Amino acid sequence: MIEFNLDRGSGVSTYLQLVHQVKQALRLGTLRPGDQLPTAREVVESLAINPNTVLKAYRELEREGLVEGRPGMGTFVRQGIAGATLAEHTRLRRGLEAWVREARAAGLDQEDLRALFAVVLSDAAKEGVA
Amino acid sequence: MRPAMEATGLGVRYRRTWVLRDCSLSVPAGRVAALVGPNGAGKTTLMHAAVGLLKPALGSVRVAGEVAFVAQDKPLYESFTVAQMLAFGRRMNTRWDAAVAADRLAGLGIALERKVSGLSGGQRAQVAVTLALASRPDLLVLDEPLANLDPLARHDVMRSIMAEVAGRELTVLLSSHVVSDLEETCDWLVVLNGGRLQVSGDIEELLDGHLVLTGPDGVPAAGTRVVSASRTGRQVSMLVRGAPPLDPRWRARRPGLEELVMGYLRSPESAVLPHLAGVDA
Repeated sequence: MIEFNLDRGSGVSTYLQLVHQVKQALRLGTLRPGDQLPTAREVVESLAINPNTVLKAYRELEREGLVEGRPGMGTFVRQGIAGATLAEHTRLRRGLEAWVREARAAGLDQEDLRALFAVVLSDAAKEGVA
Repeated sequence: MRPAMEATGLGVRYRRTWVLRDCSLSVPAGRVAALVGPNGAGKTTLMHAAVGLLKPALGSVRVAGEVAFVAQDKPLYESFTVAQMLAFGRRMNTRWDAAVAADRLAGLGIALERKVSGLSGGQRAQVAVTLALASRPDLLVLDEPLANLDPLARHDVMRSIMAEVAGRELTVLLSSHVVSDLEETCDWLVVLNGGRLQVSGDIEELLDGHLVLTGPDGVPAAGTRVVSASRTGRQVSMLVRGAPPLDPRWRARRPGLEELVMGYLRSPESAVLPHLAGVDA
């Protein structure tokens, strides 16, 4: 089961935050095919948001083929998001942690790290296109 | 879909003063509608007309099905226990679902033997809303349900109202002068200002249809209609309707709900109202 939380100051619309959190859980393997998403009532009872917002997020996930609504039963995960397996995930995370320690030792602060990571990421994306 | 509430040419007068005039709006069923506006805008008057507590001088207001109303002062008898309040509610209403009331209060952890006078502000609000919901209304009208509540109690009251909306076909019309309380919970917006209707519509559509533009003062923003503008030095910041201007000196972004409301309240002559015939869910 996934528990949603909201960043009310983020400027990202609430329904998108819900969509992103489900996708993130699918990537991390905390949500797997067959798992049930909380009902709209359960979500609004914990977050105090409009139920239509939850339904909109679930419709979007359904449109992307990630979940399916089963009438009278609820919304279930149809498929995970193809990506690194959990084992690879752990290995990559270790590598990244080592890189962060190294960068810290070299005197980079949090913001430098983020900037550097964002630049490398966007360069990689450009190369991927080219 | 049939609207849950529809006002046509509504006008209300106290003695010789019009407190509400030429008010035509419609709230689709299943929505949570926010009624906002400054003090004295006519919010309570519109609600009283909707629930039949006053007769309009002009026009009409129609509600589909049963309506329940919680007044701003949350009228409960101080010397009663919660159980006695429920018994009172049962006698005052033709439709009454005792199980709904009992389940709801149990879920909220409010014991039936407690005295009303000993309840916190949040618990009083919850009891008042419970009494309203036990009559199984199709439309729940709440006048400032969050006034005088601390942030935690506001969150709890909204949570429980949202759960009711998720659980069955229920339309809610609630007034507040604190827009930030409504941002996540409401999906329909009604703005009243000085007794006149300024805005009525779906919140997502309204936000998508407006932009906040910032840029140098004096540069025309072609293709947009200005709702309101504020100037600081040579810079101007405007709430507009329409597509972003092509001129690169303008920076455009989507407004927040509070910005949208404030933009309209600042210029009472602006309005965004639907063609009533075209209103649907």
